[in-house]
Amino acid sequence: MTRTRDENELKKIALQVRRHIIEMIYIGGSGHPGGSLSAADLMVGLYFGEMSIRPDDPKWIDRDRFVLSKGHIAAGYYAVLAQAGYFPVDVLKTFRKLGSPMQGHPCMLKTCGVDMSSGSLGQGLSVGNGMALAGRLDGKSYRVYVLMGDGEVQEGQVWEAAMTSAHYKLDSVCAILDYNNLQIDGHVSSVKEIAPLKQKWQSFGWHTIEIDGHNFTQILAAYDEARTIKGKPSIIIARTIKGKGVSYMENVAEYHGKAPDEAGYRKAMAELV
Amino acid sequence: MADKVATRVAYGEALAALGERYPQIVALDADLSKSTMTVTFAKKFPDRFFQMGIAEADMVDTAAGLATCGKLPFASSFAVFASRGWEQIRNIVARAKLPVVFALTHAGVSVGEDGASAQANEDIAIFRVLPYMRVIVPADGPETKSCLEYLVTHVDGPAFVRLGREKVPVVCPDGYKFELGKALTVRGGKDISIIACGVMVSIALQAAEMLAAKGVDARVINMASIKPIDRDAIVAAASETAGIVTAEEHSVIGGLGGAVAEVVAETHPCPIRRVGMADKFGESGAPAELMKKYEHTPEKIVEFAETILKKS
Repeated sequence: MTRTRDENELKKIALQVRRHIIEMIYIGGSGHPGGSLSAADLMVGLYFGEMSIRPDDPKWIDRDRFVLSKGHIAAGYYAVLAQAGYFPVDVLKTFRKLGSPMQGHPCMLKTCGVDMSSGSLGQGLSVGNGMALAGRLDGKSYRVYVLMGDGEVQEGQVWEAAMTSAHYKLDSVCAILDYNNLQIDGHVSSVKEIAPLKQKWQSFGWHTIEIDGHNFTQILAAYDEARTIKGKPSIIIARTIKGKGVSYMENVAEYHGKAPDEAGYRKAMAELV
Repeated sequence: MADKVATRVAYGEALAALGERYPQIVALDADLSKSTMTVTFAKKFPDRFFQMGIAEADMVDTAAGLATCGKLPFASSFAVFASRGWEQIRNIVARAKLPVVFALTHAGVSVGEDGASAQANEDIAIFRVLPYMRVIVPADGPETKSCLEYLVTHVDGPAFVRLGREKVPVVCPDGYKFELGKALTVRGGKDISIIACGVMVSIALQAAEMLAAKGVDARVINMASIKPIDRDAIVAAASETAGIVTAEEHSVIGGLGGAVAEVVAETHPCPIRRVGMADKFGESGAPAELMKKYEHTPEKIVEFAETILKKS
């Protein structure tokens, strides 16, 4: 797939992705808009600007891998995959319906383009490490991108995996942390403080990059920088806004896992132009 | 008569040998490789061995990642500690039907002096309840090697192979080849059936000798393949003999006994008694002492067999 560094183009794609997210969650009647919207630009940057992939050959052996560790933002993930051409955009409308490949949380057996099933938090980085280790054994140069949530790093396994990445010097692993500071029960800092993140990851032997997760200049530069780091894994700590793009969802914990009603749907779609 | 060998030792040797022929095999361990015997593979193929440290959940999902990229991972630890990663096994490995073999050791009270925290008595139950998970409890060294060979040549999702610490006698005949879903009748008999797995197979054979001395002809079945289980062998036992005594180094709840009871109840109800860990935790002691204290004995099997026969 031809990648683009044109930020205007990426913004247009991200806008389409956001429209898909709102529409599919509204039609489905459930889903996770807040986190899907906060991570949209990061995922668009990956799939359209950074990753070496072939949507018409989803199991291409040399492809870059993506692990959606924060699996609940399946809507955002599917919107990006559809936009990238892994399956028709129409399929999005069947989100969460019985028999649909658009499962509530990603299932690699049911959905084209999904490299790993997810849904239970804290596991994606371990999986990504496994993919990277396989790549190294086989002399491959593919990269592995793992997108995590901020609340998610409260899971101990994330830190087990972080130790593994550093111990095995997995410089093909690039983690991205969607730092929107909200989880289900409220602000991350009041549920269980995870800061200081940069210092934590650095002390675990990682290269850290901090960015505004809605700024494509910074997003692309971060992916570029991660690619140059040798001998240690990289993490991009991206400051984001939960619900970004839909005014009444921005920074509202409630929209972690709540679908808009009809009025909300119309309002959101009117804003996403 | 072949030497006694621990199934975990047979595993270590078999894995290293299979590693020669199958380059896609990789192994992972969680700081117990000298006990699980993955160390043999590690020494031979250091690049294909991944020491994960004391981090079992991380080990499970790392194995999953390797499996998505064409590798056939064998992940090992003590059965109890690996169960820390049960949710990871359930939600990633099993749900995505990934070909990972969990070769877990130190099953049952025969773990001995380390005590209750290391003695796994729940693992058969929690693994067999997972969709796609194959559950194998080899009875001896040769069966261990054979079932591993089977798994490597029939790659079809995840598997749990349960291994023990102590040396066990050979009970399977020369030339026997393990087959998934197929039990092995190690002693024919018509009066009563004993369905056992793992170390309890040789103990069941001892019980059969004791019953023979009393004029009772016991059939002994090695049910190494617990999932999928050999339903035909169970139905035959239920319909052709007075009843079934199950025997396992595991809780009487949810393991081999539970699995057999499920089949019997739905097909050919007959009396069943379950020998195993009676819903307790173990404790420290010598393996032989613990097997006796917790009634993993031929005497207990005989007692239950006679109970069934008295009532029939």
